[in-house]
Amino acid sequence: MEAETSQAAAPDMLKDIIIDIRELTFSRGERIIFDGVDIAIPRGKVTAIMGPSGSGKTTLLKLIGGQLAPDRGQVLLEGSNISRMGRNELFKARERMGMLFQSGALFTDMSVFDNVAFPLRVHSDLPDAMIRDIVLMKLQAVGLRGAIHLMPAELSGGMARRVALARAIALDPDIVMYDEPFAGQDPIAMGVLVNLIKRLNQALGHSSIIVSHDIQETLSIADYIYILADGRVAAHGTPAMLRDVDSAQVRQFVQGLPDGPVPFHYPAPDFMQDLLGGEIK
Amino acid sequence: MIDRIQRLGHKTLSKVAAFGRSGLILMHALVARPQPLVMLPLLIKQIYFVGVLSLVIIVVSGLFIGMVLGLQGYTIMVDYGSEQAVGQMVALSLLRELAPVVTALLFAGRAGSALTAEIGLMKATEQLASLEMIGVDPLRRIIAPRFWAGFICLPLLSMIFAVVGIWGSSLVAVDWLGIYSGAYWSNMQQAVDFTDDVLNGVVKAVVFGFIVTWVAVYQGYDCIPTSEGISQATTRTVVYSSLAVLGADFILTALMFGDL
Ligand SMILES: Nc1ncnc2c1ncn2[C@@H]1O[C@H](COP(=O)(O)OP(=O)(O)OP(=O)(O)O)[C@@H](O)[C@H]1O
Ligand SMILES: [Mg+2]
Repeated sequence: MEAETSQAAAPDMLKDIIIDIRELTFSRGERIIFDGVDIAIPRGKVTAIMGPSGSGKTTLLKLIGGQLAPDRGQVLLEGSNISRMGRNELFKARERMGMLFQSGALFTDMSVFDNVAFPLRVHSDLPDAMIRDIVLMKLQAVGLRGAIHLMPAELSGGMARRVALARAIALDPDIVMYDEPFAGQDPIAMGVLVNLIKRLNQALGHSSIIVSHDIQETLSIADYIYILADGRVAAHGTPAMLRDVDSAQVRQFVQGLPDGPVPFHYPAPDFMQDLLGGEIK
Repeated sequence: MIDRIQRLGHKTLSKVAAFGRSGLILMHALVARPQPLVMLPLLIKQIYFVGVLSLVIIVVSGLFIGMVLGLQGYTIMVDYGSEQAVGQMVALSLLRELAPVVTALLFAGRAGSALTAEIGLMKATEQLASLEMIGVDPLRRIIAPRFWAGFICLPLLSMIFAVVGIWGSSLVAVDWLGIYSGAYWSNMQQAVDFTDDVLNGVVKAVVFGFIVTWVAVYQGYDCIPTSEGISQATTRTVVYSSLAVLGADFILTALMFGDL
C-alpha cells in the first residue's frame, strides 16, 4: 500500500520517537475501534491524527494518557508501556503530558485563574507571584488575559477551550495532546491558535499531537499526519505526501468530499430496509 | 428458562462486581499518605457544603419530631397517670433510634443526592478525566474529602437532631401541656444511660454516615456520564442508602439491645 512507501520516504523524522503505538487493538463492547494500529509520534514535531467522526481519535488520546488500557498491543512512552505502569508511575508520566479535552473540561468550581494555576500549584512549589505571572503569560498567549477573573460558566464554548489550552500548557509539558483545538473558534482565533501551537512546538520543543477535522489548518501546521479509518491507519505521511497520495480514501478525506469510500454513517443496516422494516432493533 | 437463569446470574455477578468496585474505590480514596496542607481546606469546604448547609433541615425536622413525640406521648400516658415519664420516653426514642435514623434518611436526601449529582456531573464533563491527566488522583482529591465530610458531619447532625428534639418536646409537654418541669427533666436524667443510650446512638450515626456517604460517592463516581445516567444514580443513592440505613439499624439494634 502507499502507506508503506510514505513511511520509507520520511525516515529521518521517525527515527526519534517519543510515543510508539504497536499493534494496538481496542474495542468498546462489540464494536472494534482499533484493529492492529501502529502509530509513531516523532519527538519535537506536530503530529496530526485525522479521521472521520467516531473513528476513535479521542479514544486514541485516552489510550496514550493511560485512561484506557488496550485489549492487545502496546502504547510505549519512551520505551515504557503505559498500560503496565503502576498508579504512581502513571501519574508521574502524566505530569509530562498536557491534554486539551474536546469539551474543555474546566473545573467549574474554580475561576479561570485558578484553573490555569491548578497544575502549577499541584506540581511545583513556586511562590504565588510567580504562578500569577505564568498564568498571565499563558492566558495572554491564548488572548484571554482579560477573562482571568471569570468563572467557566461565564465563558463561551470557544473561550472555554482556549482557557483549557492555557491550562494544558501551563506546566510546559513534553507532550501536548489537543483534541479538536479549532472547533468552535472564529477565523481570527483559529489563526492565532494555529500560530500558537506551531510556536509552542518550536520554542519549547515539545511534541504535539493534534486531533482535528479542520483539514486546511491541520495540513498547514502538522509535520506528520495519520489518517484513521475503519479501525486502521488508512494512510500516513507528511502533508505533501498525503496531498498526492493516490488513494481514494485519503483523497476524499484530504479534499473533504462527502462521497467516497470513507463512510459518513455509523455502521447501520440498509437505509431502505430500515425505513420499510418499521422496527427498531 | 435458561435465558432467565443466565440473566439472573449475570445480574448477580454485576452486583457483586459493583460492590467490589465500590470497596476498591473507597480504599484507594482513603488509604493514602496524608497531605494535611492540601486536604484540610478541601475537607473544610466539603464540611460546609455537606454539614452546615444541612443544618436547617435537621434542626427543623428535629424540632417538629420532638414536638410530635411530646404531644403523642402525653396523650397516651396521661390515661395511665404517668405523663411525667414523657421526657424519658422522648429522650430514649430520640437518642436510640429516631435521631440517627431520621438524620441519616434526611442526610441521604439532602446531601447524599447532591454529592452523587456533583461527582456525576464532574465525570460527564470530563473534569475527573482532566484531573487524572494533570496527574492528580480524583479519588483522593474529589472523593476522599467528600467522604470524610459526610462521615464526620452525620454523627454531629444526629446529636443536634436529638438535642433539638428533646427541647421541642419539652416545649409541648412542659410549656404547653403543663407537666411539672422538674419531673420531666429528672425522669429523663434517671432513665438515660450514657453508654447504653447516648453512645449507642452515636455509634449508629457513625455507621450510617459511613453507609450513606459511601453509597453517594460511589454512585457518582461510577455513574453513566450522561444526564440520564446521573439522574438514575441520584435516585439510586437515595433508595439504596435509605434501605441500607434501615437494614443496618435493625442489625445494630439487635446487637445493642437484643439481649436485654
Ligand atoms: N464511553 C464509551 N462507551 C462506549 N462506546 C464509546 C464510548 N466512548 C466512545 N465510544 C465509541 O467509540 C467510538 C470512538 O469514539 P471517539 O470519541 O474516540 O471518536 P472520535 O474519533 O473522537 O470522534 P469525534 O471526532 O466525533 O470526536 C465511537 O464509535 C463511540 O461510539
Ligand atoms: Mg473526539
